[in-house]
Amino acid sequence: MLTFTLRRLLLAIPTLLLISLVIFLLVDLAPGSPASEIPLTVPPEVRMKILEALGVNEPLHIRYLLWLKQFFWVEPLNGFDAIFGTNHAEGMQRIISYQSRSPVFPLIGERLPQTLTVIGTAYLVGVLIALPIGIYSAYKQYSLFDQFGTMFAMIGFSVPTFFTGTLFIIIFAVWLGWFPTKYDTTLVVTDWDSFLTQLRQMAMPVMVLGLANAAAISRYMRSSMLENMSQDYVRTARAKGMSERTVVLKHVLRNSLIPVVTVIALGIPSIFGGAIITENLFGVNGIGSALIQAIHGNDLPMVQTLAFIFAILIVAFNLIADLLYGVLDPRIRYD
Amino acid sequence: MTDSTAATAPSESYRGAVWAQFRKHKGAVFGLIVLGLFILFSVLGPLVWNPEKLTVVEALKSKNLGPSLTHPMGTDQLGRDQMQRMMAAGKVSLAVGFVAMIIAIFLGTLIGVLAGYFKRLDGPLMRLTDMFLALPLIPLLLVMVMLFRDDLSRAMGPEMGAFVLIVFAIGVTSWMHAARIVRGEVLALKEREYVLASRSIGATPRRVILRHILPNVISPVMVAATLGVAEAIITESVLSFLGLGFPPDFPTWGRLLFEGLEYMQMYPERVIFPGLAISLTVLSVNYIGDGLRDALDPRIRGR
Repeated sequence: MLTFTLRRLLLAIPTLLLISLVIFLLVDLAPGSPASEIPLTVPPEVRMKILEALGVNEPLHIRYLLWLKQFFWVEPLNGFDAIFGTNHAEGMQRIISYQSRSPVFPLIGERLPQTLTVIGTAYLVGVLIALPIGIYSAYKQYSLFDQFGTMFAMIGFSVPTFFTGTLFIIIFAVWLGWFPTKYDTTLVVTDWDSFLTQLRQMAMPVMVLGLANAAAISRYMRSSMLENMSQDYVRTARAKGMSERTVVLKHVLRNSLIPVVTVIALGIPSIFGGAIITENLFGVNGIGSALIQAIHGNDLPMVQTLAFIFAILIVAFNLIADLLYGVLDPRIRYD
Repeated sequence: MTDSTAATAPSESYRGAVWAQFRKHKGAVFGLIVLGLFILFSVLGPLVWNPEKLTVVEALKSKNLGPSLTHPMGTDQLGRDQMQRMMAAGKVSLAVGFVAMIIAIFLGTLIGVLAGYFKRLDGPLMRLTDMFLALPLIPLLLVMVMLFRDDLSRAMGPEMGAFVLIVFAIGVTSWMHAARIVRGEVLALKEREYVLASRSIGATPRRVILRHILPNVISPVMVAATLGVAEAIITESVLSFLGLGFPPDFPTWGRLLFEGLEYMQMYPERVIFPGLAISLTVLSVNYIGDGLRDALDPRIRGR
């Protein structure tokens, strides 16, 4: 297991380097360069100085290596300094956003809590809805409930979140007036009332994303349960005279959860990346909307950094899913 | 099945058997009908529904109308007939879906066949596939569109430029699943006797692949292709929805929805019609894919 983990970790390094190169080149070679952002009235020698200060007139490979060094060495050092009050990173150049002229990482750090509370809750809600639906659908296969669940999943797959989101806004915010249309990020939860307000403004984005996630996960849960239901050990358990409850919820469920847990782990990076639309629609200023703003504002360092963070998350959770599979299922041995 | 029943059973063609199984899937038939209606609506619709061009004064008078007999889906903030826009948008949305799918399937099949058939290429090509799977696709698509939109629209005109860029961008970022499926199939097919026989009489790899392997991977590819259309339509509408899709005078369903957002509180139908069109199209394409999967699977067919 340990050797497998180490080997996968080592293999992840070239993958990530290649991805970083792709992201860097795609963003960097594109025509929207910082030079085009400087007004034409600026005299050429000043323009040269600005470009020099931004560090964009260095050769490509130097800029790439510098970006890598900043990403993997300078920024973690800065984080270390911030936590322990040391100053190892003094004098080192950080990744600077073109838009705000301040380091990129603190900007991302400011936005992370919003994404985690809203989108994280949505994922949790999705999983909590999906598991019972999947279990019951499989237990009563081809029943009315199962057919309804299949239909619900198909619709959940097919209706894009921007449409469910707008429908929810029209129904619940415009017609019924239950929830606010926009998410207010400045709200601080101090007492019961503000907590309720927070719950109300979180309700719609959480419902939209939760339903979309629940559709996919409930299908996995159902098929995994069905596979286990017809196994011999289930018949044995029944033959021993165990109650249906114990058979289904203990014997079958535990075994069926193994593939589902890995699917859930694989879906976690999409919490960050896939929530761009929801964040945009409801005005949650998390990292998804940070990416959109950076793209509209031609903020190359921000775009590169965010895209690469998404890629790291995907690679990391792929690895975690593989390892979880080995930990949960003793039949799978990686050695 | 005994011999006597086999002899009396009407001999049916492969296509006939697939079609018979496909028809049994209610959702798939529903999907086929709905998709057909949408294609008719956007291709033949403009021939039937062609309201006269309005003068400026008339346009001013007829802006922001609700659904009525003269304008079944109402008019927009510039007095344009919404149904006419929906038809034009449908043509583009469906075209994007199909063309992007063709690019993705072509790339996926090519890479899958090469990786499956030639052992030397297997490692590198599969690593490439893994890498593409680890890329954050929606952010990258947004970046690609933002960065290359202006240059392409200068080179090919705003409409063709946007179309080529978006179709190409979606195509090159969604071939990975098809490649994996095809590789798996080819790996299994390559060891079959008829391939060995064909190689033993000196057939070139090119001939073996085109003549013996490709025809046998068609069914999984067809299923992947159907689901690819749905995915491409959703991706395009996401781009349009975020304001990074087609230019405003070249509508797609996603773009119409994006424009309707501003007026959502007063005129919800402007969001609901394009949203319903996207959702129903994707739903029906997904159902068709489901039905095709069952129909092309010999273990399910004939049960």
